[in-house]
Amino acid sequence: MAHLDIRGLVARYNNATVLDGIDLSIERGEIVSLIGPSGSGKSTLLRVISGLLPPREGTVSLAGETINYADRRSLRRSRDKLAIVFQQYNLFGNMNVLRNVMVAPVTIQKRDKKTVEAEARALLDKVGLGDKLTSYPDELSGGQQQRVAIARALCLKPDILLLDEVTSALDPERVGEVLDTVKMLAADNMTLLIVSHEMGFVREVSHRVAFMADGKIQEMGPPAQIFGAPQQPRTQAFVSRILGH
Amino acid sequence: MLSFLIAEIPRLFTIYNVILLLKAALTTLSLSAVGCVIGLFFGFLLSIARLSHRPIFWPLKALALIYVEILRRVPFLITLMIFFFGAQVLGFNISALAIAFISTSVISTAFVAEIVRAGLRAVKPSQMEAAAVMNFSAWHSFWHVRLPQAWPLILPPVFGYFVLFIKDTALASQVGVLELTQAGKILNTKGFSASLVYGAVLILYFIISYPLARFGAYLERRLGASRHSRPRRAI
Amino acid sequence: MHYVLHYGQIAPYLPYLIGGMAISLALSVLSFIGGMVLGLFFAVIRNEGHPILSRLVRIYVAFFTNTPQLVQIYVIYFGLPDFGILFSPFAAVLIGMTLNAAAYLTEILRAGLGTVHAQELDAAETLGMNRLQTLRHVTLPHLFRVAMPALTNQYILMTLGTSMASIFGVEELTGRAFNINSTTFRSIEIFTTVAVLYVVVTFIATILLALVGRWAFRARVPVL
Repeated sequence: MAHLDIRGLVARYNNATVLDGIDLSIERGEIVSLIGPSGSGKSTLLRVISGLLPPREGTVSLAGETINYADRRSLRRSRDKLAIVFQQYNLFGNMNVLRNVMVAPVTIQKRDKKTVEAEARALLDKVGLGDKLTSYPDELSGGQQQRVAIARALCLKPDILLLDEVTSALDPERVGEVLDTVKMLAADNMTLLIVSHEMGFVREVSHRVAFMADGKIQEMGPPAQIFGAPQQPRTQAFVSRILGH
Repeated sequence: MLSFLIAEIPRLFTIYNVILLLKAALTTLSLSAVGCVIGLFFGFLLSIARLSHRPIFWPLKALALIYVEILRRVPFLITLMIFFFGAQVLGFNISALAIAFISTSVISTAFVAEIVRAGLRAVKPSQMEAAAVMNFSAWHSFWHVRLPQAWPLILPPVFGYFVLFIKDTALASQVGVLELTQAGKILNTKGFSASLVYGAVLILYFIISYPLARFGAYLERRLGASRHSRPRRAI
Repeated sequence: MHYVLHYGQIAPYLPYLIGGMAISLALSVLSFIGGMVLGLFFAVIRNEGHPILSRLVRIYVAFFTNTPQLVQIYVIYFGLPDFGILFSPFAAVLIGMTLNAAAYLTEILRAGLGTVHAQELDAAETLGMNRLQTLRHVTLPHLFRVAMPALTNQYILMTLGTSMASIFGVEELTGRAFNINSTTFRSIEIFTTVAVLYVVVTFIATILLALVGRWAFRARVPVL
C-alpha cells in the first residue's frame, strides 16, 4: 500500500485550473521531487495535500485513509501525520526559536513538555542553531529561519514531510546550509515530497523525480532518467534549459 | 480685576473643593478607561465577525459594518441624549453616571473596533496557514499567533482614544454626571468666578491628559519599533 | 415599557432641523477654514520658524489638544466676561472651535509638510520659481495630497463637535433638537432623527471631500 496516494486531483484557484488531474503514488520512506516551471502547480499540490486549498475533484489518501477535506476531524487526522516547510519559512514572529519548535507539540499534540523541550533542543542542535534558542525570527538570517522551520516541522514527528521550495527565498550562499539539513534528515527514512529548483540537490537525494507543467505530471522516473534521458520533449526542453543555462 | 481673582484663589482651593475636584477627575478618568476597556471587548467581537469568512457570520458582519460606520458619525452629545431620554421613556431607573458609562462604551466600541480590525488584518495570512497545518484550532491560532502579533499594533491607537475620550467625556456634564467639567459648573454656581473655575478645570484636564498623551506617543514608538510583540520571557 | 414611537409627530419639524443643520455646517466650515489658516501658519513656524516661536506653537498645540473643547468654550463664553470681554454664543463657539481646530490642524499639516522632499524644492528652485510660486505649485499641492485623509477625518470630527454649540444656546441642529424636545417631548424620535441627519451630512461631506481631493490634488481618500 502506497504511503501517499493521489488520484485524479483537480484544483482551481480564482477559476483558473492549477492542478489538472494529478496521479501520484509514493511509498513509505520514498523521496519524490517535483520540478517544473513556475506556475506549473508544484506548490499548489503541496497546499492541496496539506488542506490549505480544497481539491475540486480526485482523492488524496494517507496510509490507506482517504482524506475528506470538508470534514474537520478527517483533516485533523491527516495533518497529524504530515508537516510542511514553507518557502517563506512562516515562523511565528511573536515566539522565539525554541517556542516556535515547541508550541505545536506541547499545546496541540499535548505531549509532555519536558520531553518535547529535550527533543526540540536536540533538533535545533542538529540543524546548527543550538545557540539561537531565545532569538526571535526577525533576528535570524533567512537560512537560519528556514533551518528553524525544518526543525519545527520535524518536532511534530510527521510520517510525511512536504518541502515547498525551501531554498528559493534564500541568498545563494545560504542555500547550502539548508540543503545539508534536508539531506541529513533524508537519511532518517521518512517519506519526503520536495518542490525544488535546486536540480543538483534533487538529483542527489530523490528516488524519483516528477516533471510538472500546466497542472499535470508530464513525466516521472528516477533522476537518471529525468536528467539524463528525458522521454518527453517538454521535459527535455526544461532540463536542458535548467542544466545548460 | 486680576487682583480680585487672585484674592479668590485661597477661597476656591479649600480641602472640600479640592476633594470635589479630585473625585470628579477620577470620574473623568474612569469614564474614559471603562469606555475603552468595554470598547476593546466588543471591538474584538465585532472585528472577529467582520474578518470571518463563514456564511453564518454574514448577518453579524453586516451589522458590525453598519454599527461601526454609523456610530462614528453621531455626536457624543446626541448619543448621550438618546440613552438619557431613552432610559426615561422606557422607565429604566438608572443613574446619569451609568448612562454616561453606557454611552462612552457604545461610542468607543465603534472606534476601537476599527483599530482592532486593522491590527488583526495586518497579521500575515501565512502565519495562520502555518498554524492551521500544524492542527491549531481556530481559537489556538487566534490566541497563540494572531493576537500576540496584532496587539502591538492595536494598543497604541487604543491608548490614543483613551486620551481622546478623557476630553470627550466633558459632555457627560450635560446629563449631570459629576465629572471634572460638572465640578467646575458646581463651583461656578457657588459664586466663584467663571474664569478662575474653568481655568482651573482646564489646567486639571491638561495635567491628566498631557502625561498620558506623551506616554501614548512613547508606546507608539516603542511598540512600533519592533515588528512583533516580544514577551521577553525565558523559556 | 409600552412606549410607541411616533416619528410622524416630528415630521413637520424637519425643515426647521435642516435649517439648524445649515448653522452647524456654517460653524464647522468657518472654523475649519479659520483653523486651516492658523494651522498652516503655525505648522510653518513649527518646521522652520524661530526656536522661541516654534516652542510657543508647541505649547499652544499641547494645551489645546489636551483640554476639552467644551471647557475651552466655557472659558471664552463664561470666563472672559470677568475681564469685560463679551461674545455672542455663536461667536464664542466659533472662536473656541477655530482655536481648537488650529491646534489639531497644525499637527496634521506639520506632518504633511515633513513629507515634501528637498529634491522637489530644489527642482522648483532650478526652474526659477520664487518662494510664493514654489509654495503654490509645489509645496501646497503635495501637502494636501498627503494630508487629505487626515484633514477629512478632522473635518468630520469638527462637524460632530458643533453639537456642543447647543450648550451655549446656539440654535444649530442639536440646539433645535432640544427646542423641539421641550415642546413635543418626543425625545427618542427627535434625537435619533438628528443622529441620522448627522450621519447623512458627514457621509456627504466625506464623499465630497474625497472627490475634491481626487480632482484637485490627486489624493486617494477612502470613503469607508
